Amino acid sequence: MKDSMDILVISEQTDDKSPTRLTLELLGLGRRLAAENNGRVGAVVLGEGADIASRELAERGADLVYFLDNPALSRYNPEVWATLLESLLRRNPASLMLAGHTSLGQDLLPRLAFSLGAGLVTDCVEIRWDGSFLFTKPVYGGNAVAGIKVLTPLALATVRARVGEALPPSSPGGELIPIDQDPPQETRLTVKDRHYLEAGECPLEEARVVVSGGRGMGGEEGFEVLRELARLLGGAVGASRPPVDAGWVPSTCQVGITGKVVAPALYVAVAISGSSQHLSGMGDSGKIVAINKDPEAYIFKVSDYGVVGDWREVLPAFLSKLRELASA
Amino acid sequence: MGLHIVVLAKMVPDPEGPPSSFEVRSEEKRVAVRGLPPVINPFDENALEAAIRIKERAGGSITLLSLGRNLSRAVILKAVAAGADASVLVEEDSLDQALLDSRSTAVLLAAALRTLEPFDLVLCGRQASDTNAGVVGLGVAQLLGLPAVTLAQKVEVADGRVMVERVLSDGYEVVECPLPALVTVSGEVGDLRYPSLQAIRAAKELPQRIVRLQDLEISLPIEAWVETVSLAPPRRERSCRMVEADTPAEAGERLAQLLWEDKVV
Ligand SMILES: Cc1cc2nc3c(=O)[nH]c(=O)nc-3n(C[C@H](O)[C@H](O)[C@H](O)COP(=O)(O)OP(=O)(O)OC[C@H]3O[C@@H](n4cnc5c(N)ncnc54)[C@H](O)[C@@H]3O)c2cc1C
Ligand SMILES: Nc1ncnc2c1ncn2[C@@H]1O[C@H](COP(=O)(O)O)[C@@H](O)[C@H]1O
Repeated sequence: MKDSMDILVISEQTDDKSPTRLTLELLGLGRRLAAENNGRVGAVVLGEGADIASRELAERGADLVYFLDNPALSRYNPEVWATLLESLLRRNPASLMLAGHTSLGQDLLPRLAFSLGAGLVTDCVEIRWDGSFLFTKPVYGGNAVAGIKVLTPLALATVRARVGEALPPSSPGGELIPIDQDPPQETRLTVKDRHYLEAGECPLEEARVVVSGGRGMGGEEGFEVLRELARLLGGAVGASRPPVDAGWVPSTCQVGITGKVVAPALYVAVAISGSSQHLSGMGDSGKIVAINKDPEAYIFKVSDYGVVGDWREVLPAFLSKLRELASA
Repeated sequence: MGLHIVVLAKMVPDPEGPPSSFEVRSEEKRVAVRGLPPVINPFDENALEAAIRIKERAGGSITLLSLGRNLSRAVILKAVAAGADASVLVEEDSLDQALLDSRSTAVLLAAALRTLEPFDLVLCGRQASDTNAGVVGLGVAQLLGLPAVTLAQKVEVADGRVMVERVLSDGYEVVECPLPALVTVSGEVGDLRYPSLQAIRAAKELPQRIVRLQDLEISLPIEAWVETVSLAPPRRERSCRMVEADTPAEAGERLAQLLWEDKVV
């Protein structure tokens, strides 16, 4: 076997040190692409306790897992990560490197692109192989979808949630390879305190049902009603951007091209007009329900069910009927 | 003497325009924009606002740097009037944004920035609303050897260092680095202030420099690293079942009934 491999996935870990769901999805995607071009797929895990995630990734589709377990890597430092990955890639050339389109991926991959001289496509919603990689991504705020080819030998991509599919565990797992390099001590960036915002009852990305409100909710009180509905449906509360800007809900609730990308089985959009930036974050939902007082609102064109009316009148009746049906 | 801050500001078709004003011409691989005025990319406006706040506290000057073809003087003027001190336009017919990739744009902007030295801080948007890329800022930093911090919701400068609150999916972290540095700015920073009419009038007198490609130390052509091979309209329209009823409350009830019957809930 040659000691180069074709596809490399950058792992991100949750606080309990296991790989994030998106990482597993990327590995599934990498696996599929690798199979189509007779390549191998590897993962890179940097972090304190990196061996934990590494073992899981080795069982979830990675032929090889490079890992570096070091207390200096407990927090993402862009320059440290970039240095380690750059030298790993120089020693083990790959043709494609994938990262999640997360605050880490968005920060790290452009750095690597320019230090390695590699073409990068960010925010991919699809990657295909037809003799070369074809990357698909939204442009113009979601008003168009571009197909992009990378012209350099190494291609880099950040990928959204739910583009790939996580693979079930299988054995025997891939090979674990410790990275034989110390994290660089010299870095110009100091990463200091980390602050968490209230996460809400249920994380948006995982929810089967998302109930989102827009500018037309008029204030925080409106979101109380949405919370009630979300509880009833066992879902999470999201929002378009104006409620976040107005401070009615934390910014972690924002759905859209610069917020979270969700694809729940059911998405309820209340008092949301349906801008392309918002649609870009929820357009792949299973069923979409829109409640809006403007019959001309664009959101109705992209929904499966629509009610024209003021949410103040529609929602209470909707809620009590749902309760009645559920208890019957 | 204060700080010299450069803000990278890209001109884009108003991203808040209705979907119908973005016509996707697949054969030409280009989006034709109808009836939408150009604006400064919203995140670049946030970057300018962050720059103005820093200047208010620490003193100094702000230069607005924009690259493209046929840049609207009115749009530049309004942005400058909000609180910048000068503008530099890298302008040439060949600089069609739809044809430049992130790499080429970064190379050109880095070369233009070299003509503006010395500067302490470069602020740019986290991403442009047309490319939706978020690549150019970090590219410029890498080409100029500057430390860079991305996704700022707050930017402060003190003692030769920049402190950034960096947006994360579940909160934020604080990142610091020495100046000169580059920071990419997110919407959480806040909207750009409106200039007064008086400020707009005064801004007409502020220095504006037009830079041509031949003024820049770059070797042409710049090699692109990616190529757009297709462009299509998004597939998003669905056939919507409108719930009819005499009152909104009744419609709400019927919606519940319908979703229940269709096993959606
Ligand atoms: C670079 C950039 C990035 C962006 N990123 C995002 C993003 O990630 N996510 C996002 O959502 N937006 C984003 N936006 C903003 C986006 O362009 C729109 O401005 C925003 O999505 C509109 O939100 P809205 O639908 O809640 O508000 P509006 O467009 O103002 O619509 C409000 C709707 O509520 C209805 N309404 C009002 N009152 C009631 C009532 N009582 N009952 C029922 N209906 C009512 C109205 O009929 C209207 O349709 C971005 C914009 C830019 C420029
Ligand atoms: N033509 C341009 N002129 C000035 N600044 C630009 C230009 N293109 C990109 N930028 C800056 O780089 C940022 C990121 O752009 P992008 O990588 O295309 O998303 C933008 O928000 C701008 O601040």
